[in-house]
Amino acid sequence: MDNKKELKVSAIENGTVIDHIPKDKVLRVVRILGLDESEDLALFGINLDSKKFRKKGLIKVSNKFFKDEEINKIGLVAPNASLITIKDFKVVEKRQVEMPEEIGGYVKCINPKCVTNHQNVYPQFKVYVREGEGIRLKCHYCEKTTKQSEMEFVG
Amino acid sequence: MNPTNLKNRNLISISDYSKEEYLKILDLAEEFEKYPRQDTLKDYVIASLFFEPSTRTRLSFESAISQLSGQIVGFTDASSSSTQKGESLKDTIRTVCNYSDMIVMRHPLDGSSRYAGEIATVPLINAGDGSNQHPTQCMLDLYSIRKTQQSLDNLKIALVGDLKYGRTVHSLVEAMSNFNTEFHLVSPVELKLPSTVKRFIKNANLNYYQYTELEDVMDVADIVYMTRIQRERFSEPLEYEKVKNSYILTKDLLQGSKDNMRVLHPLPRVNEITEDVDDHPKAYYFQQALNGIYVRQALLTAILGLK
Repeated sequence: MDNKKELKVSAIENGTVIDHIPKDKVLRVVRILGLDESEDLALFGINLDSKKFRKKGLIKVSNKFFKDEEINKIGLVAPNASLITIKDFKVVEKRQVEMPEEIGGYVKCINPKCVTNHQNVYPQFKVYVREGEGIRLKCHYCEKTTKQSEMEFVG
Repeated sequence: MNPTNLKNRNLISISDYSKEEYLKILDLAEEFEKYPRQDTLKDYVIASLFFEPSTRTRLSFESAISQLSGQIVGFTDASSSSTQKGESLKDTIRTVCNYSDMIVMRHPLDGSSRYAGEIATVPLINAGDGSNQHPTQCMLDLYSIRKTQQSLDNLKIALVGDLKYGRTVHSLVEAMSNFNTEFHLVSPVELKLPSTVKRFIKNANLNYYQYTELEDVMDVADIVYMTRIQRERFSEPLEYEKVKNSYILTKDLLQGSKDNMRVLHPLPRVNEITEDVDDHPKAYYFQQALNGIYVRQALLTAILGLK
């Protein structure tokens, strides 16, 4: 079953597979990681069968190995994603994406009066996870909180 | 007591300073209250950038600087700056840094001071960024509380009025949570203290009590901190009309209050304290505004590394 699934998106010799991405977030992950602007060969699949999610997205990047702080940037959009390191067509490491403590760039601050919504300022947030309340982002500039349900992605 | 560790540090938010640092500033402000006219800032130029009008804060800062023989450059509203020509905040700040040793800034956008502070090559004091922070007001509130109660520890503080939107209330709760305070929160249901601010109280393992009637706290409190219900916060005029006269402190209400109790208000006042209270010995709000001079003198000189 696994082999069949792998074949739907060509195998890579060396590089990274980002698995278990929500199917509607694949393009967002591509943009957050800057894969659309890099020279690396990247392949992606949408609506692949998954035991966990029924349908999932997946990205394979050749000759690219992510550092934790790089990959954790996708924690907000794909919190259940896993990272598989491939060397010589073999899986050598599997790890989970973790929620970053801080994120920047691709989320809009909910506060219409925030300076980030008026001047050319790179938005930055502290990430909080509270039980029963989901993820919350506190704006580094205006200090207002954006709830998970209010998050608007930009860029 | 020499707050040299504040040298070249921006003051953007009350949380930028520790409890010890608040106390250092208050001690220094006490010295300035004794000798407010000095030549400490003689060779210094301070930029006073007010992108929106302000009476008390701007005049208090400018008077504080003038009394210490410092020079002031700047503007009193955005229409007399290059902002009107479309200049970005970043460019304005970069330019002004060439002309001054420090910047005092008020701006209508939330978070603008944190941003400006990151660009500036000279230290920056936030004199109010939209509805977000106004740390020098909080410092002068702390000074006034300590001055009237001899200590900041173990007090019962009643906060009255708009506890939802009032930035001075939020900062005061955050700062006073360091001093084993018991909070008595009086507000209309619509304007209760937000849970994000209550968290400061809970995290410090302190207690708060909520009321809707001002009468219920008058005999309990050491400090009654009145606030204006701000018309500009309401999108529906009817909603404002419902709550605008919720709390009016009269001379009669002061009967039965503790001897040490003092009434504070960040000003401006509309009708929430009647004018017959002004001359009562428990009214402290005009003295509180005067204390702003000493606290700002303390901050200016500490941040410039002169005290």
